[in-house]
Amino acid sequence: MAKKRVVSIKLNGDPVEFLCEPRQTLLEVLRDTLDMTGTKEGCSNGNCGACTVLMDGRPVTSCLVLAVEAEGAEVRTVEGVACGSHLAPVQQAFLEGAALQCGICTPGFIMQTEALLAENPSPTEEQVRFYLAGNLCRCTGYDKIVRAVMCAADKRRAAMDD
Amino acid sequence: MRDFDYAVPSTLTDALALMAGASVARPLAGGTDLIDHVRTGRLAPDLLVDIKKLPELNRLEASPSGLRLGASVPCWKVIASTEISRDYTALVDSCRIIGGIQIQNRASVGGNLCNSGPAADSIPSLIALGAQCVIASKDGTREVPVEAFCTGPGKNVLQPGELLVELKFPARAVRSGSHYRRFIPRNEMDIAVVGVGASVTLDESGQRITDARIALGAVGPTPLLATDAAQALIGQAFDEVAIAKSVAAAKAIATPISDMRGTAEYRVHLVGVLLARVLKAAVARARGETFTYQPGH
Repeated sequence: MAKKRVVSIKLNGDPVEFLCEPRQTLLEVLRDTLDMTGTKEGCSNGNCGACTVLMDGRPVTSCLVLAVEAEGAEVRTVEGVACGSHLAPVQQAFLEGAALQCGICTPGFIMQTEALLAENPSPTEEQVRFYLAGNLCRCTGYDKIVRAVMCAADKRRAAMDD
Repeated sequence: MRDFDYAVPSTLTDALALMAGASVARPLAGGTDLIDHVRTGRLAPDLLVDIKKLPELNRLEASPSGLRLGASVPCWKVIASTEISRDYTALVDSCRIIGGIQIQNRASVGGNLCNSGPAADSIPSLIALGAQCVIASKDGTREVPVEAFCTGPGKNVLQPGELLVELKFPARAVRSGSHYRRFIPRNEMDIAVVGVGASVTLDESGQRITDARIALGAVGPTPLLATDAAQALIGQAFDEVAIAKSVAAAKAIATPISDMRGTAEYRVHLVGVLLARVLKAAVARARGETFTYQPGH
């Protein structure tokens, strides 16, 4: 077996070190080694986006990143989105807009939406749909998700104006 | 997943030594194809050589003599580059539709080329823009035009121990423009049923074509340089007659398969529809008009 490596990352703002095999994905390490089970495994081939996390601010499918590749990176998962017991505007909008049913895709959608709104605080519906195209949801039919993202964008802008 | 070793060299010399050493070494850029292929058993490497820390493979240099694009530069950096967006627009059109945003944040143009899929979205653009592959091994360096790089589905000219280092593009000609578009039944996140890329150069009047390169994807075992389709335009006024002649020549070299994405007959028809649209957009760009490619429209 290939030698295990020590990898250092910043996870949701905190420095974290872990030991992993080269063949382990970032998704596996997050869930199985670091007990951060908010990030979900869906297709395991980059199609569904359920495992989306932010790596140095950019959304990636963590099933297609080796954990060793994350050395030195800042990784943000759904566990790092809420502020203490207060849900972030994106989470609140998904909850209030019933933008989830089974919930497996939701952490991926939340992370993708965080990245979208950081890059483009006032997206059009078309821009939302294009940016979220790499996230699949088999329950909602997407309309409620898209409306929640638009609503979250409004809330974030309002919060910034305050 | 299969057990393999991992190395992340910081110099090209070290990377090439690693590529030449292990029994089965594969370079790792974005990994969006490679990791899936290892997981499914399609590839069985003993060593993955992470090439993302190599300066030569991270190059993104636009100068009056052309563009040098390192083989591990991810799509998002291509999209974000003002120089590439201005002068090599077909390549940006391609990068914006390779997978979704998450894939574009990892996947490289070099990796899309080395994966050598017949429907790869970047390859027709690379061919249309006249890109050359710079390939290195521990024994030296060679250059291959992109249209001669792929040899079959998933196959290319790279020999064991060789590494694609960068893609070199000639300077954009004055009054030239380029475009790539594909047909898919969805708006995004799909594999091209057919893809077409073209680059055209106009005379001073902006009416006559002085140079053209056309490339077709997903209508043969490799992406194709459509020489006759380009030749049908050169020296001609850009009008419906010239477009029809180019379309006929392009359709004549298409040898697609029938599969779940479309029949051979349908794909040949699409070559004509897409090429006419691509040429009109490339000419508009050559005339300095703004043409924004909105996939799905």
